[in-house]
Amino acid sequence: MIGFPSPRFRGEGTLHHATVARLVHALVNRLQNNRNALGLLFILPAGALLLFFLTYPLGLGVWLGFTDTKVGRGGHWVGLENYVFLFGDSVARLSLFNTLFYTVVASVIKFALGLWLALLLNKHLPFKAFIRAVVLLPFIVPTALSAIAFWWIYDAQFSVISWTLTKLGLIDRYIDFLGDPWNARFSTIAANIWRGVPFIAICLLAGLQTISPSYYEAASLDGATPWQQFRYVTLPLLTPIIAVVMTFSVLFTFTDFQLIYVLTRGGPLNATHLMATLSFQRAIPGGALGEGAALAVAMVPFLLAAILFSYFGLQRRAWQQGGKD
Amino acid sequence: MSAQASTEQVVDTQGMRYLESVPRRVVTVYAPLALFLFVLLFPFYWMGITTFKPNEELLSREGNPFWVSSPTLAHIRKLLFDTAYPDWLWNTMLVAVVSTFLSLVCSLLAAYAIERLRFRGSRYVGVSVFLAYLVPPSILFIPLAKVVFELGLFDTRFALILTYPTFLIPFCTWLLMGYFRSIPFELEECALIDGASRWQILTKIVLPLAVPGLISAGIFAFTLSWNEFIYALTFISSSEVKTVPVGVVTELVEGDVYHWGSLMAGALLGSLPVAILYSFFVEYYVSGLTGAVKE
Repeated sequence: MIGFPSPRFRGEGTLHHATVARLVHALVNRLQNNRNALGLLFILPAGALLLFFLTYPLGLGVWLGFTDTKVGRGGHWVGLENYVFLFGDSVARLSLFNTLFYTVVASVIKFALGLWLALLLNKHLPFKAFIRAVVLLPFIVPTALSAIAFWWIYDAQFSVISWTLTKLGLIDRYIDFLGDPWNARFSTIAANIWRGVPFIAICLLAGLQTISPSYYEAASLDGATPWQQFRYVTLPLLTPIIAVVMTFSVLFTFTDFQLIYVLTRGGPLNATHLMATLSFQRAIPGGALGEGAALAVAMVPFLLAAILFSYFGLQRRAWQQGGKD
Repeated sequence: MSAQASTEQVVDTQGMRYLESVPRRVVTVYAPLALFLFVLLFPFYWMGITTFKPNEELLSREGNPFWVSSPTLAHIRKLLFDTAYPDWLWNTMLVAVVSTFLSLVCSLLAAYAIERLRFRGSRYVGVSVFLAYLVPPSILFIPLAKVVFELGLFDTRFALILTYPTFLIPFCTWLLMGYFRSIPFELEECALIDGASRWQILTKIVLPLAVPGLISAGIFAFTLSWNEFIYALTFISSSEVKTVPVGVVTELVEGDVYHWGSLMAGALLGSLPVAILYSFFVEYYVSGLTGAVKE
């Protein structure tokens, strides 16, 4: 249409303006058309916030882990002392075990139930949109608040689960859900599963909906049973999104804090302390910022492992689609 | 994507479903689904029913606990008039709205720059945004507490307004980057040829087209900040600046006597705003959730 670039065109329109104004105008125009300068300008607000409140604290946290900083008192470099201490600390070791146990058990069950729920929701159902909306409720409600509901459901004296089981004649004594170490572990895991299943189900459902039904028609014409259709059509096509969703799920579960803090505060006998809750307890009420930071940093290798897992999942997806990017 | 998927669904159901008998569907689909829904929704029902139960009924093993025989508003009244709950609601709302707005503005500019201006190094910036998205608050809160303290923001709403964007901006930017990719580049080229500046393109062409993406990101960011717990717990100590989740957990539990009625009322009232917002924007929320994961 118009043959010449816009800046010159606009520049000519302002010829009779004062020289300074023209210079400013030209500068603005150049800036507007210089991708690097403009890109930098646009990225600045987000970049500054993230650098100052994310990158810097991340580095500060690593540094704090090597110091004996306490609340209200600057620390000195103590090298690996915090890590050596934590390694010898039975509570810290227990928290590592708890975190791994919590993450593995909860993630496996969440995946199985989430996939099942996604497959159910992918069927033709009445009120499908409504059901799908309702299913996600546990995920959107504040975890701290739903955890309080679980706290009440798990109450040692007035638990509704115990009440029901007693009336059914299955137990004769109320269950001490949060008072016994293993009961408490499984109760917190159950609450975590309750919150996590909707997320996994809805994400996997989105993945399922992208699988063309013609694959299933072809498979069933070839005599594939429903199980074979699931095993050889659904699962391979869903693998990339499973990898990503499960990485996020593992990440959330591994660094979980609210649920444990509200339900048990790490008790009984530290049986449910996760690394996140222990690092909070040591750093904030306990005041040992350095030690808490070291505990938090100790979580990073596991998170990196999860992220690498996701990365290779994504790679595989690109490869499956025949693209390079 | 959803429109396409739903048409596929229709084709699918008309194609193969006749092969499944009704009793079989009841056993394999409806019964498990009903069980799932029961378990997923029961805690909310329990929250609701406890809110309206008088204490005598709450602390009794007799009678049917699943129903309430003489409902009462005493717990809600106690919550609204005898505690700082209205303050917490207001704080949560204020912090969530301001930090969401701040994050949306930053993310919109950043996502546009990364995805469309394609300045030198934009790819690396995009990757680092994704990595920032993966940094969990549980490993950041200790050093952030130190930063907040040194800035003199400890125990203020600003501490939360400025720190929530650390998880909101990466998420929103990532989501909007995916959204911008779906807007045809030709529209911008046309505008460039017609003499529009980059700023005009952003405000007059890209922004109106990106509204659904902005709504998705905004709804999601709002719920994330409404639900945030660990920062609010760490950076806030005075009752009048607490947020709802932290206030309910730390202040409504007095000693060994648990006031289950007001605790549940607090949980219910604190969940309602996000639940209502969510109910209006389910599709946007779901596309935000799945969009962020699928990219």
